[in-house]
Amino acid sequence: MKNIRNFSIIAHIDHGKSTLADRLIQYTGMVNERNFKNQILDNMDIERERGITIKSQAICLPYQTRDGEEYILNLIDTPGHVDFSYEVSRSLASCEGVLLLIDAGQGVQAQTIANLYLAMENNLEIIPVINKIDLPTADVDRVNEQIDSELGLDPFGSLKCSAKEGIGIEEIFEAIVKRIPSPKGDPEGPLAALIFDAQYDPFRGTIIHCRVFDGTVKPGDFIRLMSNQATYKVEEVGRFLLAREKRDRISAGEVGYIFAGVKTVSDVHIGDTLTLDDRPCDKPLPGFKEFKPVVFSSIYPIAPEDYEDLAVALEKYKLNDAAFVYQKDSSIALGQGFRCGFLGLLHLEIVQERVEREYDLSIILSVPSVRYRFTLKDGSIIFVDNPAHYPDSLSIEKGEEPYIRAMLLFPERYLGSVMKLCMEKRGENSRLGYLGPGRVELSYEMPLADVIYDFYDRFKSVTQGYGSFDYEVLDYRESTLVLVDILVNGEKVDALSQIVHRDQARPRALRACERLKEEIPRQMFKIAIQGAIGGEIISRTTISPFRKDVTAKCYGGDITRKRKLLEKQKKGKKRMKTIGSVSIPQSAFLAVLKSDTDN
Amino acid sequence: MNSEKIPGLYIHIPFCLSKCLYCDFYSSTSISAVPDFLNGLFKEMEMYLNQFNPFDTVYIGGGTPSLLSSKQLENILIKARKNFDLISDAEITIEANPADLNRSFLESIREIGINRINIGVQSFDEKALNFLGRRHSVRQAFSSVEASRKAGFKNMGLDLIYGIPGQDMESWRDTLKQALVFSPEHLSCYQLTLEAKTPLGIRHRKGEFSVPVEALQLEYFTKTSELLEDAGYIHYEVSNFARGHEHTSRHNQKYWDHSPFLGLGPSAHSFQGNQRWWNRRSLDRYLAAVHEGKRPVEDTEILTMEQLRLEALYLGLRTKKGIALEDFKTRYHFDLFAEKKEILTKLVEEGLISIRGDQLVPTQSGFALADRLSLI
Repeated sequence: MKNIRNFSIIAHIDHGKSTLADRLIQYTGMVNERNFKNQILDNMDIERERGITIKSQAICLPYQTRDGEEYILNLIDTPGHVDFSYEVSRSLASCEGVLLLIDAGQGVQAQTIANLYLAMENNLEIIPVINKIDLPTADVDRVNEQIDSELGLDPFGSLKCSAKEGIGIEEIFEAIVKRIPSPKGDPEGPLAALIFDAQYDPFRGTIIHCRVFDGTVKPGDFIRLMSNQATYKVEEVGRFLLAREKRDRISAGEVGYIFAGVKTVSDVHIGDTLTLDDRPCDKPLPGFKEFKPVVFSSIYPIAPEDYEDLAVALEKYKLNDAAFVYQKDSSIALGQGFRCGFLGLLHLEIVQERVEREYDLSIILSVPSVRYRFTLKDGSIIFVDNPAHYPDSLSIEKGEEPYIRAMLLFPERYLGSVMKLCMEKRGENSRLGYLGPGRVELSYEMPLADVIYDFYDRFKSVTQGYGSFDYEVLDYRESTLVLVDILVNGEKVDALSQIVHRDQARPRALRACERLKEEIPRQMFKIAIQGAIGGEIISRTTISPFRKDVTAKCYGGDITRKRKLLEKQKKGKKRMKTIGSVSIPQSAFLAVLKSDTDN
Repeated sequence: MNSEKIPGLYIHIPFCLSKCLYCDFYSSTSISAVPDFLNGLFKEMEMYLNQFNPFDTVYIGGGTPSLLSSKQLENILIKARKNFDLISDAEITIEANPADLNRSFLESIREIGINRINIGVQSFDEKALNFLGRRHSVRQAFSSVEASRKAGFKNMGLDLIYGIPGQDMESWRDTLKQALVFSPEHLSCYQLTLEAKTPLGIRHRKGEFSVPVEALQLEYFTKTSELLEDAGYIHYEVSNFARGHEHTSRHNQKYWDHSPFLGLGPSAHSFQGNQRWWNRRSLDRYLAAVHEGKRPVEDTEILTMEQLRLEALYLGLRTKKGIALEDFKTRYHFDLFAEKKEILTKLVEEGLISIRGDQLVPTQSGFALADRLSLI
């Protein structure tokens, strides 16, 4: 155990986390240059494109120190977005230390601090690493000052590197070995292993990624998941080299994988504790939370005949995303579909993109909503996460909506504008604290609905990217709610309806109309877009029609060319949903919730 | 499928003295290669011996066919008659540049059987001609039209362009009125189209000039139609007007109703059944193939029923006649009226189409949106 180190790299976006991970892997000589693909750990296309890590990954790096001793270093990669902060916290709980990576040009940024806090909560050894020192804009002294004043860490312990150029890599390895403590634990004790990830393998079922704190697990053992008491027989254990490497056991201090015939990832809960059925540990490891979807939206195929394919796609997708939940649903405007729950809007967009890309389907998502609670006059209580199921307003005794506590970290100079934004978002019970000179922590209680409605984007915008944000769900609070419908050429489009606070109805309806005007392309006739509460129209825009759109000439040689152009346009139109006679692009449905700052 | 339709013959003469700045048709300025080309053309004709007969139209286009001598044109027609059946009253059209037209040339080509002339006047405004890079003057435009009449052409068409930078509605109206003075049997009025690789297209992309916005384009389109209809012309296709049904272009109609046509010469397109093929877009490569005894075809496409349907829709909606629903159902296996009832009803309400008995017809507003209408 004394020759094992478990660590993670945490950083603000674009500070070079994936590049450093690549360089560490390369340095160990596990992969030859020819097979090397940038950002090895981000192996989904969508992760490389967005430059973010969605799923956690782990890799085991064998390292020989300068004085010749052999070590096993387990690098656990983490996702980098508030939607996935729970997964980050579980990954960090599996480590003893972190490399806190800071861009030498940009210095300390919002996520640097947010991640530092997560690491501190987990009592991890923190090694600041200043990256990109080869850049002309690099200012190592300034960054060291920030490490001291803003992070409260000792700048003398900071390392300097250029992951891109491969400078300073060996020093990082030496620091990991010397400064991060070796794991503690009793290999002979009752098994306690933390599940920090689970992925689906089409041939073997679910592969559980875990960190063993105490005890030992080996093939043939019966393991128990402590949250639901389910038991499974272990088929294989091992560790992560570039490919999986089978072992005869994994023990206290180690990071590895387990196959135990678990069918889907939904059977496994990240953060859960895994123990032995015949010799369980006393209590689970701390920090376990059930996934709770907070944002809901319906997914429909654009072509109704794709419904069955969509059903298959979601079933397959679900195998690999335990946080995603769905059930059958139908809409008057959009037909048969599925009501789905997500961790947040980013999670929603990722699901949308992956379903479209990996299963080649064109889909539409209805306007996202949170889950409201209504007490009806007959005393019954119902939960509504789909505006289409909004109860008859005369039957409602009271409405309630979920509240969260938002934790906001940002430089003091933005305090005024952040507070203004939070007030606008119906924030209450604010608390303000100073972290260090010039840096504040502000907490607010806010309706979740206001948070999913463009809060994150606007917060990033008013703090010019220096703000970081996290939240926890609190409780339900009474609220005056109304249903805002959208009518396109007089026809109600249920998938565009929103439940909102009465005071926000008018501005939201107007905003929705304006956004739809931007998103719906001009057509051959005038399109009227209206927002309405009940029968009352509260906002209106119109999209003027095309008047002239025909090519001048069309003779022998032009016919094929012209047809190809029309075929292309027709294909684009197939990606739109025709409601009444109006073609609405898929982007329109999500755009209703997006803010001005996106453009 | 087209068994009841009579094919047309197109012959592409790929030569120009100078290239107009907006044109993206294939042509070469190496006039010395004309004899080689003609030899190649005659060989190509032999390769299609008896495959399309009979033809009831011949269209000699380009390029600039009026660059050829009347003797060379005569030879083309002799060879065409030798290799194909041309019916006795075939419409035989030549495209001509005003600068090339003198009385004796015109009389000679009348004599060899060319009975329709389409003159590329483009504008009666000198500034506009300069902008387009035409090599003729307004004066030459006048004299060519007059000479054509004197030479006995009773079926004469003029090509005109609107939407030229620097032009306004008034000067376009002047050009139209000037054209009407000659009472041409046919008028083609095109909106200037800026093709990407042409000099004007490139200059436009660089922002050197702007073209009319959509509302103004529509105004040109509508005013043109009104003015010419008032003068007794039928607006029978998006860009084409005829002084009476007998003066519509019989040849061009074939492109719009999926009739078969054979195109000869570099870059020419052909269509038969559900196949379309096109020749190599280079005189050298065209000749190389022909001399090897091979058809100089660059590529062929076989159209699916869905593709044929889309073409039939967008081509049909370009014409005043519109689409015969029963015929469409028979030829393209699609009952437009039943399958697209909702959107068709909406389009009728919006005044873009009308349905009279079996005919689906674009209205004046519908004409201006013909491409988009076909995407229903």
